[in-house]
Amino acid sequence: MGVFDFSVNFFEVLWTTLLDVTPVVSLFAIFQYLILRRPLEDFRKVLAGLVMVIIGLTFFLIGLEKALFPLGEMMAVQLSEQEFMTRFGVNLDSWTAFYWVYIFAACIGFATTIAEPSLIAVAIKANSASGGTISTWGLRIVVAIGVALALTLGTIRIVIGIPLYIFIIIGYIIVMIQTIFAPKSIIALAYDSGGVTTSTVTVPIVAALGIGLASVVPGRNPAIDGFGLIAFASLFPIIAVLAYAQLLLFVQSLKTKKT
Amino acid sequence: MNWPKIARYTTSKFYSALLDLLPIIVVILVFQFIILQKPLPNYQDLILGSLLVWVGLVLFMEGLEWALFPLGNSMAFALTNKGNVFLILLFAFTLGFSTTIAEPALIAVSKEAARVSSVAGFIGAEEAALDSFARGLRVSVAASVGFAILIGVLRIFKGWPLQYIIISGYAAVVGLTFIAPEEIIGIAYDTGGVATSTITVPLVTALGVGLASSIKGRNPLTDGFGLIAIAVMMPMIFVMIYGLIVL
Repeated sequence: MGVFDFSVNFFEVLWTTLLDVTPVVSLFAIFQYLILRRPLEDFRKVLAGLVMVIIGLTFFLIGLEKALFPLGEMMAVQLSEQEFMTRFGVNLDSWTAFYWVYIFAACIGFATTIAEPSLIAVAIKANSASGGTISTWGLRIVVAIGVALALTLGTIRIVIGIPLYIFIIIGYIIVMIQTIFAPKSIIALAYDSGGVTTSTVTVPIVAALGIGLASVVPGRNPAIDGFGLIAFASLFPIIAVLAYAQLLLFVQSLKTKKT
Repeated sequence: MNWPKIARYTTSKFYSALLDLLPIIVVILVFQFIILQKPLPNYQDLILGSLLVWVGLVLFMEGLEWALFPLGNSMAFALTNKGNVFLILLFAFTLGFSTTIAEPALIAVSKEAARVSSVAGFIGAEEAALDSFARGLRVSVAASVGFAILIGVLRIFKGWPLQYIIISGYAAVVGLTFIAPEEIIGIAYDTGGVATSTITVPLVTALGVGLASSIKGRNPLTDGFGLIAIAVMMPMIFVMIYGLIVL
């Protein structure tokens, strides 16, 4: 156990990361050198950066897989065990009995989204593309709040057992209405924020939460319900970012009215 | 080499990555000790794992600025300078296709999809039928992501508003959900996430923002984003159509 286990896993994860990087980097190389014939400005720096990306992602994934995911999964199961819930003397037949699960879902959803590397990348680009108006941390916190809400509502749904598609369809209707009223400049970024939450960190922990909970609540299908949480997690950030943009606009209009 | 400067720079990078990971650490510690009131199981693994996550995030973030952003950016400028629309669209399609076809998550999902469809009796149980179904699914998802990036890049050039593409796309998703075979629906929704790997997102975002900044009359914020959103939506549509045809 211990060091040996980590080293075996290292090469496995490194290989998957390489498989992920190779096609896209070869495509860029072929286009840049053979078709466009425009060599990169600082080839050695880019190469060093690529090595850092590959090694960094490998470390990151191994660390999550070995340490954080098993723990998160275990906690989700422990929190929904009868033994834990009866400690607080709640009525087990009511959906409110699982309130610690809902709180945990919100916290872990927020926390994993803050650490999501693809969201950090999008936030950096959004900051520079907006000329600094959109702050990197601001966007990340709004998206994380969206995921926290999504997981809370998603876990409540699993316990109550309302069909998933009702929520999804209502969610997209809300998004469409918001799209009509939101400032046009934020729309593309808002939609992209929904996509990035289905990336490396959030998916495994969210799926584990859904599967863990569905296996405890009678009459739930772990395969379907685990997936449902991911669908929620990619819908709510869109709503959160659009709502935040509208709020900012509203506050601004109040200020201009006063002066 | 200016060592003190390098040391300061490195420390600041490690510090900011620690801030990114702080919420996870706090949530886990609070729930384990205060709410569940249980000791941490094999804490050695936990500490080693957390250190790996920390170092990994620092390296990744630095590599992002050194490699992935410049790659996406310089490609955007090179493509617009060349001004050959066919070449740009070819690049866009190949980019989406090649990043998706080898995606481990997609390979896993398509095998599972073949198994599910075979159990439900939609396709034969023999190896060849399973393989051809899984391959067809993989190619159609990869083609859909390629098509999505192509549409997205074309949108940046033409300045089409994103919301019309997204709204009509999701209207198609909802409509297809009613007529597509039930077995394929869950799989279709699942494939939406395959195009958003941690490598693809920064590259595609840098490409989009780069294109929007180098084309006259386009705003990097309004027009540069949106490629990811289309790439998430398109596989759902394609997979449900695939299900309608094959099953």
